[in-house]
Amino acid sequence: MFSWCTDPDTLEGLAWLSCYLTTGKHMAFYRSFGTVMVLLLVTAPVALAFGFAGAMAARAHFAPLRWLGKGYTAVVRGVPDIAFFLFFVIALDQGIEYLRHKIKCPDWSEPIRQGNDFVVCPAAKMPLSSAPQWVHETYGFALAVVTFAIVFGAFAANVLYGGMRAVPRAQMETAEAYGMSRRQAFWRIMVPQMWVYALPGLGNLWMILIKATPLLFLLGIEDIVYWARELGGSKTSAFAYPHPDWRLYYFLALLVFYLLLTRVSEIVLDRLMARLAHGQATSGAKSGGRAADKGLAI
Amino acid sequence: MSACLDTIAAYGLRSIGIGERLLPKRDFTLCEHFTLIGSGLLWNLYFGILAILFGFFLANAIAMAKANRRWWLRKPAEWFIFVFRGSPLFIQFFLFYEAFVLLPKMGWDIDLGFAEITVETRWLTRAWLGALIVLILNTSAYSAEIFYGALKSIPRGDIEAADAYGLTGWKRYKRIIWPTMLRLAWPAYTNEAIFMFHATTLVFFSGFPAWRQKGDALYYASYFADKTFNPFVAYPILAGYFILLTLSVITVYGAINRRLNRHLPQEARRKLRIRPNVIR
Repeated sequence: MFSWCTDPDTLEGLAWLSCYLTTGKHMAFYRSFGTVMVLLLVTAPVALAFGFAGAMAARAHFAPLRWLGKGYTAVVRGVPDIAFFLFFVIALDQGIEYLRHKIKCPDWSEPIRQGNDFVVCPAAKMPLSSAPQWVHETYGFALAVVTFAIVFGAFAANVLYGGMRAVPRAQMETAEAYGMSRRQAFWRIMVPQMWVYALPGLGNLWMILIKATPLLFLLGIEDIVYWARELGGSKTSAFAYPHPDWRLYYFLALLVFYLLLTRVSEIVLDRLMARLAHGQATSGAKSGGRAADKGLAI
Repeated sequence: MSACLDTIAAYGLRSIGIGERLLPKRDFTLCEHFTLIGSGLLWNLYFGILAILFGFFLANAIAMAKANRRWWLRKPAEWFIFVFRGSPLFIQFFLFYEAFVLLPKMGWDIDLGFAEITVETRWLTRAWLGALIVLILNTSAYSAEIFYGALKSIPRGDIEAADAYGLTGWKRYKRIIWPTMLRLAWPAYTNEAIFMFHATTLVFFSGFPAWRQKGDALYYASYFADKTFNPFVAYPILAGYFILLTLSVITVYGAINRRLNRHLPQEARRKLRIRPNVIR
């Protein structure tokens, strides 16, 4: 990176550190912070869409659809999220390969599950074994995004369902009195109003989503946890920059990163809530997040 | 049927090191799935129950400290809650594990004057102690925030009534403030307990090694899924176990909730609304 970094053995002190922290692997480490942010920014809207669909299904008049919506939220919430992450990554992968296998190799006679193996024809592999490395990485990342969206979609469905129910009944009755159909009343009256009721829950969900991102490591993505373990492990003199076990410091850096991320989110969400609740007849507007100050002093 | 009983005898307590040493290698039966994953659930129960138990007392102390006027009590409590609630549990596990590994392996001799005790530090790198400490600290922070919120929403009239009756200090706290706080906090605290049990599945995936393949339910479920490359058996079994566990937590906490609210008129009683994972 810098001009003085050509021979690491002769360096000392800050010069050594400046070179050490700008090696190619460290650059990959810094880029993986971007991976986390991309995951957050992609997953949040997708999960919100899943949640909206789930909440609509849970409100449906058609009973099987309603059961599906309620069952989706109930099961995902009753089981540890990490179990879902581990499950969906394999299940989605096998499901996609199974479908491709059925389409691309219709005359394949052998069974797909052979004892402890899952065998599909080579043309159905996803991604193809000849595909370049970035396709494999992108595919893995996409699977992770879908998995996160499924799990957090269930949480979001629950929050949005609550938000829809919190819209005052009189609002919907007024809409009906004006001759709106169910669909019109839903889209024009309920949906615009539900957000302010759902926002505290959604904000909470965003915080949980931030704190779930290190689980990417378990899905086989080269994320910040992967690089922290990789770079922090003790390096012998065979390496250009030998050092003892520094994983503790790398994880401290990750801790600080997450603390900053959650703190900034908290401040932004508080501001947003105060703005949205302005003039609304919700408890958020009445106390404006300063409810705690009104309590007793013990 | 008798084959299954044999399996239960061999693997029922495998997760705590009793029974067959080697895990089954191939041709897994459904019975083996149920037995081993159920055996791993013992660890989840161990971590969850102890963390919630110790965390409850610590959380009470921290919530009181945060509500205190004196800054040297309030600030540390605020920072403790901020650090443990603001960062992922997964990272906390890694961080503490690395810190425990770096501690001197031997242990220290602490001279208490009347007796000398040796603090063994090598146990800290084992999951049963190290991970338990992290879980206790984590749940304390979350519960303390819940209790603090409840403390702040105790009706002013209750406190004034206590003052009018001449209750002060410890007596006022024990008779009025603490029971009311607990009653108000209980629905949210139930969610925290459920989340704690779910969080115990992270232990063996985050640095703490599963010594001699003694792991928790998720550890064995992923063992089966890796060996058979079939996630559709092991994980649903795990999910079933956890739904049962969640339901039992709700039953126990619901009973406590009814007891906490028993003096209130029927319509004023707060129903326990279970929203696991969503409100933390």
